[in-house]
Amino acid sequence: MKKDARLKKRFNIRGIKDFLLSGSLGVTLISVFLGFMVGAIVLLIAGFNPVEGYFAILKGIFSKPKYMSYVVIYSTPLIITGLSVAFAMRTGLFNIGAEGQYIVGAMVAAMAGYYFHLPMVLHIIVCIFLAALAAAAWGGLAGFIKAKFGVHEVISTIMLNWTALYLSNWAVTLKSFGKQGTGKSFAIQETARIDLFGQWKITEAGIDFIRSHKVLGDILKSPVNLGILAAFLLAFLMWYTLNKTTLGYQLRAVGYNPNAAEYGGINVNRSIVTSMCIAGGLAGTAGALQIMGVSHRIAKLATMEGYGFDGIAVSLIGNNTGIGSVLAGFLFGSLKYGGSKIQDAIDAPTEVINIMVGTIILFVAMPKLIKLIFSFKKGK
Amino acid sequence: MMEALIKDIGFIIGTTLMYSTPLIFTSLGGVITERSGVVNIGLEGMMCFGAFAGAAGAYFSQDPWIGFACAAIAGGLLALLHAIACVSFAAEQIVSGIAINFMGTGAALFISRMLFDGATQTLTIPNKMPLPLNFLFGEGKMFASSGFMDLVFNRFATVYIAFLMVFLIWFILYKTKIGMRVRAVGENPEAANTLGISVVKIRYGAVIMSGVFAGLGGAAMSIAVVSRFSNTLISGHGFIALAAMIFGKWKPQGALVACLLFGGAKGVEIFLGAKGVPVPGDILAILPYVLTIVVLVGVVGKTTPPGAIGKIFDKGESA
Repeated sequence: MKKDARLKKRFNIRGIKDFLLSGSLGVTLISVFLGFMVGAIVLLIAGFNPVEGYFAILKGIFSKPKYMSYVVIYSTPLIITGLSVAFAMRTGLFNIGAEGQYIVGAMVAAMAGYYFHLPMVLHIIVCIFLAALAAAAWGGLAGFIKAKFGVHEVISTIMLNWTALYLSNWAVTLKSFGKQGTGKSFAIQETARIDLFGQWKITEAGIDFIRSHKVLGDILKSPVNLGILAAFLLAFLMWYTLNKTTLGYQLRAVGYNPNAAEYGGINVNRSIVTSMCIAGGLAGTAGALQIMGVSHRIAKLATMEGYGFDGIAVSLIGNNTGIGSVLAGFLFGSLKYGGSKIQDAIDAPTEVINIMVGTIILFVAMPKLIKLIFSFKKGK
Repeated sequence: MMEALIKDIGFIIGTTLMYSTPLIFTSLGGVITERSGVVNIGLEGMMCFGAFAGAAGAYFSQDPWIGFACAAIAGGLLALLHAIACVSFAAEQIVSGIAINFMGTGAALFISRMLFDGATQTLTIPNKMPLPLNFLFGEGKMFASSGFMDLVFNRFATVYIAFLMVFLIWFILYKTKIGMRVRAVGENPEAANTLGISVVKIRYGAVIMSGVFAGLGGAAMSIAVVSRFSNTLISGHGFIALAAMIFGKWKPQGALVACLLFGGAKGVEIFLGAKGVPVPGDILAILPYVLTIVVLVGVVGKTTPPGAIGKIFDKGESA
């Protein structure tokens, strides 16, 4: 009891809850709109034509089948880390640690993919399973520290993020795992990859196909992989678990009101750990899929890649639901990929996307302001 | 032998001081805002923006002090956004902090690309922060060059300012009326409001000051420790400063100790690297983070965050 009070005191769990309850599609859509407006103003002040800028982004997303394929590839990890944050959020926890859990998942998948020699499908399953397991433990550790010692998960997961980053960087320096001098690990075995037609693409028949088929061939020029299907599956599983199972009901009850949940016979501490394990497992899966489908190896990182932090944005914009995360993930993935084109097209810095995303989140956090704008309009 | 050892120790202490300084500024900012009851995990973004503004200001003006001032203004401006969101519009403070981190790093790189020909780093600044002892007494006059005393005390002006600020913030928080008000607002805003203290004004002031300090922290990195801003310069220092603030139990003097400890880990890492000792730097880099968790686990029962931390204060409801 006393611990709960202390937790509440530290970061105001009720505030997060109110925030969640008041979050509606309307507020989100207006926030997204305002984010685009602010982005346009920033471009304008910097001396660019925002219409040209946004047109360049749209063109960068839709003008070629390959681009759209890339958007899907960019969106995949964001959707899943978004699910990770959303799952924790729905159970009353703020998983800032998705970044570190992602890194742990990626690292373990890269190791299992390189060291193990297994048959095709089995290798993929083993890699994902081990990565998710390790990341679940990483996330669960934050849950355990919270349940047992009352350390708020925001603080512990921030620390665990950087611990994971340096751990992963250290792993790359290992002689048996990292190519010395390149700052990269060895590529995972073919059997652990989830690329579509990865091998066939470099055969003569494959090259011929890519040349002769305009649309399909163009799509195949991007690293198409099965990740997005996994993302959809996980979004569905998250919705199902939270809304249709006893476990989900219990976890949400703890998030909604830990005292009432405990009175109702739910083990609050165990729920916190379980919830963080699941959130960690999700983020770890995102890391694993990225390794197995796109990069095939990990590299030494000078700084965070941001998949987990982007996941927070995705979750917040997606109102912490499964379907919301999928949609927000696509939005974010499109902006990230399309936004990188703005540089070549009109020479404007691609970081305008970060400013836009930050603005969207800031507005999403202020439903009060949005409602004020609303009432102002009505008053007119 | 003995002499070399003393010199090594001097080197480690000196490096520690240098690397602690950005953290000290930033975590002081954390202390100020959290003492007023507003959580600020946007310190990282503010520090990054400040580091850029500092380097850019110092580059164009050729004067590190103007850069230092630019950094303060830049951090303060970003913090103003956080204050508007959290104090005026009842935003969830952690969420707003996340938004600030996106915006701060985004804005820093955006403007950098605009001013520096598309690069995500500034050019090298012509003049770094001065070494006050050299400035006052001439190079090598006060202490013999590269001796123990020289290594420890002949440091950038920012180092001295940081220590001065720790004392100043401690004094203001605990010995002055305004400091007492800040603490009162952080502990119990309703009561403070009843006594006629403007919770809104105090919190605005505290949050903006936290940005100013985070900005200075960033500049202490970009115009003293190194001599330019780059996109990976800050990467995580804002979060370490946040940890130091908590580690130091929301007190300026506690934060100082924590920052020295974290800076010390870096100092040892650099020393061992320079000596060619085969200790993996990545493992040493983990130390501050693991240490923080261990300390939190060990002493959390004894740490007392401000009473109203993270709580949204709505005058209308409480009146």
